[in-house]
Amino acid sequence: MKKLLSLALVLVIVLTTFLTGCAGDSKPTTPDATETETETETGTETEATGEAVRLGLLAPTSGALAPYGQAVKNSVELAIQEINAAGGINGADVELFFYDNEGDSTKTVNLFNKLVDVDKIHALIGPVISTTSLAVAPIANELGIPMISPTATNKDVTPGLEYVFRACYIDPYQGSVVAKFAMDNLEAKTAAVFTNVGSDYSDGLAKAFTETFEAGGGTITDAEGYTDADNDFSAILTKVKANAPDVIFVPDYFNMVGVVASQVRELGIESVLLGGDGWDGIQNDFASEVEGYFFANHYSTTDPDPIVQDFITAYEAQFGETPNALGALAYDATKVMLAAITAAGSTDGEKIIEALMATDMPAVAGHITFDENGDPIKDISIITVKDGKLELEAKVSGN
Amino acid sequence: MAQFIQQIINGLNVGSIYALIALGYTMVYGIVKLINFAHGDILMIGAYFGFFALATFNVPFGLALVVSMILCALVGMTIDRLAYKPLRNAPRISALITALGMSMLLQNLFRLLFGAQPRRMPAVIELQRIEIAPGIAISNLAIITILLSVGLMLLLEFIVKKTKTGKAMRAVSEDKSAAKLMGVNVDKTISITFAIGSALGAVGGLLYAINYYQVEPYMGMMPGLKAFVAAVLGGIGVIPGAMLGGFAIGLIETLTKGYISTTWADAFVFGILIIVLIFKPAGILGKNTREKV
Repeated sequence: MKKLLSLALVLVIVLTTFLTGCAGDSKPTTPDATETETETETGTETEATGEAVRLGLLAPTSGALAPYGQAVKNSVELAIQEINAAGGINGADVELFFYDNEGDSTKTVNLFNKLVDVDKIHALIGPVISTTSLAVAPIANELGIPMISPTATNKDVTPGLEYVFRACYIDPYQGSVVAKFAMDNLEAKTAAVFTNVGSDYSDGLAKAFTETFEAGGGTITDAEGYTDADNDFSAILTKVKANAPDVIFVPDYFNMVGVVASQVRELGIESVLLGGDGWDGIQNDFASEVEGYFFANHYSTTDPDPIVQDFITAYEAQFGETPNALGALAYDATKVMLAAITAAGSTDGEKIIEALMATDMPAVAGHITFDENGDPIKDISIITVKDGKLELEAKVSGN
Repeated sequence: MAQFIQQIINGLNVGSIYALIALGYTMVYGIVKLINFAHGDILMIGAYFGFFALATFNVPFGLALVVSMILCALVGMTIDRLAYKPLRNAPRISALITALGMSMLLQNLFRLLFGAQPRRMPAVIELQRIEIAPGIAISNLAIITILLSVGLMLLLEFIVKKTKTGKAMRAVSEDKSAAKLMGVNVDKTISITFAIGSALGAVGGLLYAINYYQVEPYMGMMPGLKAFVAAVLGGIGVIPGAMLGGFAIGLIETLTKGYISTTWADAFVFGILIIVLIFKPAGILGKNTREKV
């Protein structure tokens, strides 16, 4: 019996490790998956010759990431159609060269080389996810091909690479904007922060939130960590309840947030829950549990701004569905790149990146300018859940 | 102080679920000396049955509970018949490995059938908080969970102690061949044990899913492992031990989360397993039996 129990013990330990490992791996990869990187290469002398501007696009339109890649592809096509219908760039049409990179880094590099060598692209939109963007970015920089990723949120994609830009904000930026919103709009003085310790995404947002909140004179009453294997939050929530913070920041994906929010309601905690773009989709399963809470997102479909509504109308008319945040970012990335080519008056890479750095234009996912890394400085939409639907609460600037 | 009492209530809520699941481990171990690692997945299956009954067929909670218990009892008996019975006289290690294989099979089967995406458990009751004292409240869900668990444990205790079937179970657990010689139908008794254990697991799974709102194919692993620790802590093979162990693990876990750190909670729970095995290998209520050579 002793022997058997020892054996069982070993199995338990192995299983626990395995389980935790698995949980880490199988966690939704939204932040990565929602990252798209677009690289655009601008050809030279379009203005004089009327030669087409050749844009490359790499996005995963098959496999697990297909929904993300398809949204990006649709939006890029839509943006290009609109430009061409309006007379193109300085009289030249824009041509799109698209390949499905299946979300694979090796394939992405090969396809990028093909875009450069065979299709002679002037600029690249994409790739979509961070890992593939990280693979292509240094090569694009080396070859002098301007690239803009719509959705690569990993902070290492752009720094040190002058030809590499992105249209989405990065994780730490999002965390600090939510902290600002809590202080300015909700007048929060105290906050509790819950971190999923196994997730870089959650960790990055939590750290940035804490830093900004404390720098603004706020107090963090509780900093709690948990793992994907945790389901029971009653113990830490009871502790948090005693401190009664104004807000609780829970930067995680919606399934986990739903579990936390349900128990917040169960324990009768009055603090307001806040989160990041991982919450997108929570209204499907947990609408009543998160009623009145707030999260940051790239854009809101209820934003009355005409640029947003025009995009949604055009997208719905053509593709029969409401565009998600990735679509909005891809549309912005394309518009920004094409505006830069127009402003540069040339498809020469160096001139394009100069024009990109000078970008200052309204966009669907917020007014956009670039910092020295090529990361966008823009407003973040704060979304609230009202009567089970997502609504735009405020646009907050991170600056 | 109010917070401490609140944490104790939280702990009892989780603990009662662990105790229900631990009973399944301990009963099966008591009778066939098999650590049925697939038991955690029985609770997952129970939760899925409950989910479909509630969400798809909109039956009332009580009926969903009974349906889920009956179906899980059948699943438990089938697993025993197909996977464990052929190995009854094989070395114990073979049965243990088969149990692990069965656990993987069930998890992946359900992932294949219903997908890995967690599903939202419908709310079965209007959530209410009952204030017992200033700062101390208990939700009606927690009351139902605790009462249902304790009630089923008492029922089980009654079955084992007072009925003929219970007597047969105790006899088989004491000495299988002697029981057979006395005319006890050993195979039937083992089947019944699996059925009862699995039915309790189904209740545990359904309560777990209602308390934590989600159903997914891997949901049984962690509570299953903790319930196993609870069974060992209380003394595996001893029914009151499983209940005691379940409540103890629930309290230890909750208090660790509340007063030390969430990330340390699992380390404490499994650390206790190690300490118990070192100092009292038979568990708190376990009988110190000599290994027969």
